[in-house]
Amino acid sequence: MSSETKQILTTDGIPLEVSLKKAERKNKIKAFLLVAPLLFFLIITYVFPIGDMLFRSVDDKMVTQMLPKTFKAMETWDGKELPDEEVFAAFHEDFIKLVEDKREGKLSTQLNYTKNGFKSIIKKLRRASKKFEEGNYKEQIMAVHKRWADVEYWRAIQRRAPEFTGQKYLKGMDMYVNEEGKIVSVEEDRRIHRVLWLRTLEIAFFVTVFCFLMAYPIAHLLATLPMKYSNLLMICVLLPFWTSLLVRTASWMILLQQQGIVNDFFVGIGLVADDNRPEMMYNKTGSYVAMTQILLPFMVLPLYSVMKTISPSLMRAGKSLGGTPFVAFWKVYFPLTIPGIGAGCLLVFILAIGYYITPALVGGASGTLISNQIAFHMKSTLDWSFASAMGLMLLSGVLVIYWLYNKIVGIDNIKLG
Amino acid sequence: MSKQKDFVKFENVDKSYDGKVLVVKNLQLDIAEGEFITMLGPSGSGKTTCLMMLAGFETPTNGEIYLGGKAISSIPPHKRGIGMVFQNYALFPHMTVYENLAFPLRVRKIPKDEADKKIDKALSMVSLQGFASRMPGQLSGGQQQRVAVARSLVFDPQLVLMDEPLGALDKNLRESMQYEIKHIHESIGVTVVYVTHDQSEALTMSNRIAVFNDGKVQQLSSPDELYEKPVNSFVAEFIGENNTFNGEVSDISGGKCKVKLSNAEITANPISVKSKGERTKVSLRPERALINPKDKMDNIHNGKIEEVIYHGDHTRVRINLLGNPEFILKVPNSSANLDIKLGNEIKIGWNSEDARALDPK
Repeated sequence: MSSETKQILTTDGIPLEVSLKKAERKNKIKAFLLVAPLLFFLIITYVFPIGDMLFRSVDDKMVTQMLPKTFKAMETWDGKELPDEEVFAAFHEDFIKLVEDKREGKLSTQLNYTKNGFKSIIKKLRRASKKFEEGNYKEQIMAVHKRWADVEYWRAIQRRAPEFTGQKYLKGMDMYVNEEGKIVSVEEDRRIHRVLWLRTLEIAFFVTVFCFLMAYPIAHLLATLPMKYSNLLMICVLLPFWTSLLVRTASWMILLQQQGIVNDFFVGIGLVADDNRPEMMYNKTGSYVAMTQILLPFMVLPLYSVMKTISPSLMRAGKSLGGTPFVAFWKVYFPLTIPGIGAGCLLVFILAIGYYITPALVGGASGTLISNQIAFHMKSTLDWSFASAMGLMLLSGVLVIYWLYNKIVGIDNIKLG
Repeated sequence: MSKQKDFVKFENVDKSYDGKVLVVKNLQLDIAEGEFITMLGPSGSGKTTCLMMLAGFETPTNGEIYLGGKAISSIPPHKRGIGMVFQNYALFPHMTVYENLAFPLRVRKIPKDEADKKIDKALSMVSLQGFASRMPGQLSGGQQQRVAVARSLVFDPQLVLMDEPLGALDKNLRESMQYEIKHIHESIGVTVVYVTHDQSEALTMSNRIAVFNDGKVQQLSSPDELYEKPVNSFVAEFIGENNTFNGEVSDISGGKCKVKLSNAEITANPISVKSKGERTKVSLRPERALINPKDKMDNIHNGKIEEVIYHGDHTRVRINLLGNPEFILKVPNSSANLDIKLGNEIKIGWNSEDARALDPK
């Protein structure tokens, strides 16, 4: 349209657009008021916590606030040789204040995260500092322990100066910033998180594959059976939704344990020897079986809703045109179900990647996922910032998958029902 | 090659879905090669079931179907080589028009250049050249319908089945498509079995029409014969408009019969009545009855005009005649019939030959 298009006026001379906006304003306000409660609810329960999590995962103010003068004095220090008296005096001043508030223990814990060995020398410094004389703090502090005269330790303190840090993220990938300020991996035998990330991806991937393989025929059956049977089948599919997740997981524990029903059955039909019952729980198998069963409806429902819309005459057309049943299925039916497959797989994968209760109960040591590690840090080590960092890494991983899916398949093709 | 008389043959075919009701009862039907045959009937009459059995999507409960002399009950649909046009077109929505047409050729492993020629030919047959790269969703209903027809013909099948293909189109488009399909049939000489519940569609297009009701073929004959000479009252009522008189045969002789109504007697043509005293339903086409007949007719009665409805090219007149208040006349608008006014008494006449005394049902 050219810019010369005449502005259309209503009969009373007001531009049509203005008039239209005015007429629609009332409805817009009404609509907004209707969604407002949900919007506030989302902000409070979703946006705010995630923002807080993001903040926590990078927040490193604690040390910054404990040693304000020291860090101020350190601004001019180049970090090559031991800092001069000014820094030592400032550190002494900060430290005395911390001892008065009985917070030096926290400082030692925090500094110990950065470099091992701070705990003992801070304890020693506290005792010695009571007898310190005024002036020449450098000499006095260095005399407390030889590590206080080591430039490495002062550098470690300096590294804690920034208020924000990404080190929790590095830790989540088994990496850290070494003395020279480079990002390196931790020793091989201490790399626990990478294994967990990979395992999480692997389990989520295979659970998605298993769910797909099982759900596709069920969904097809649901979509093609006459109403009275398909309703019954639908109830069977939905039944798990109405049962507590914990109960379902617990029932899998009963089924899968070594003296459990499945093993008894295998022994009964002579598949395995009684003294050689396979372990189907507290390992990956347990996680696979239980998670597949629990996530199955999330695959069935989107597939079903898509298949329901595919006219049976399409398959017939495929066959009448000379395609074998397989060709008709593969060339005609299957491509039409891709929106449902995409939706189902995305749903199951995203749910599986953050799954928590089931792997915690039936996963054992080799079947736990990253979410269990997050929970561990939330509840046991109380390292919330680390838990937040991993949580956010998980979230961004999901977003990356979502983005990839959009690139490859296109999000418009998704159909959830 | 001489045309085969029984190119498609239904022999004693029964079909039941639930083991309780027969949807198709002892069907006998021969279809000649190159013929355009229509299965016409109300919904639930078994016509679509017959088509599905022929296509291979349903199996006969009893009896056998032959195609070109071969029994086909055990041949799966994809090996029958029958083209089919479905009610809702059943175009593959994720494929372009070209790909839709290429599908039957690809599964037959026809080389690409030859396939392209066939596709071009098929598209030009339905005048859709230049639409090859469109998706079905971008086409109008009529265009989709043409694509479906082209797709059913592109692999040169000897037999094409059409299952109410025009049902979803509007009236004008439906009529033009009827002629188009008829012309395609005439130009390539393929055998067509067409299913519809629309009698005008059946009358316009077919060589022969099989009227289905209650799982049985009621009458199988050419359109004109079907219309002019229905063999039973179902066909008479189903095809076209029909005036009926219920009565009892009072006399039957010399190819004519007298039928006694409640308050009068009329002369009729005995079709399914044999003897005196039988109940009968006399059927008369509205256009066979004339107002104030000049020729000598053996039935002339007085009636009162109850309703006059203007229809553009003709006027429908409802007359209370011989105790039948629903007697319909169609009067062409060209003739200046000044007598046709509400409440007028007029004379109605018809030949006994056109009044067919059928089963009473």
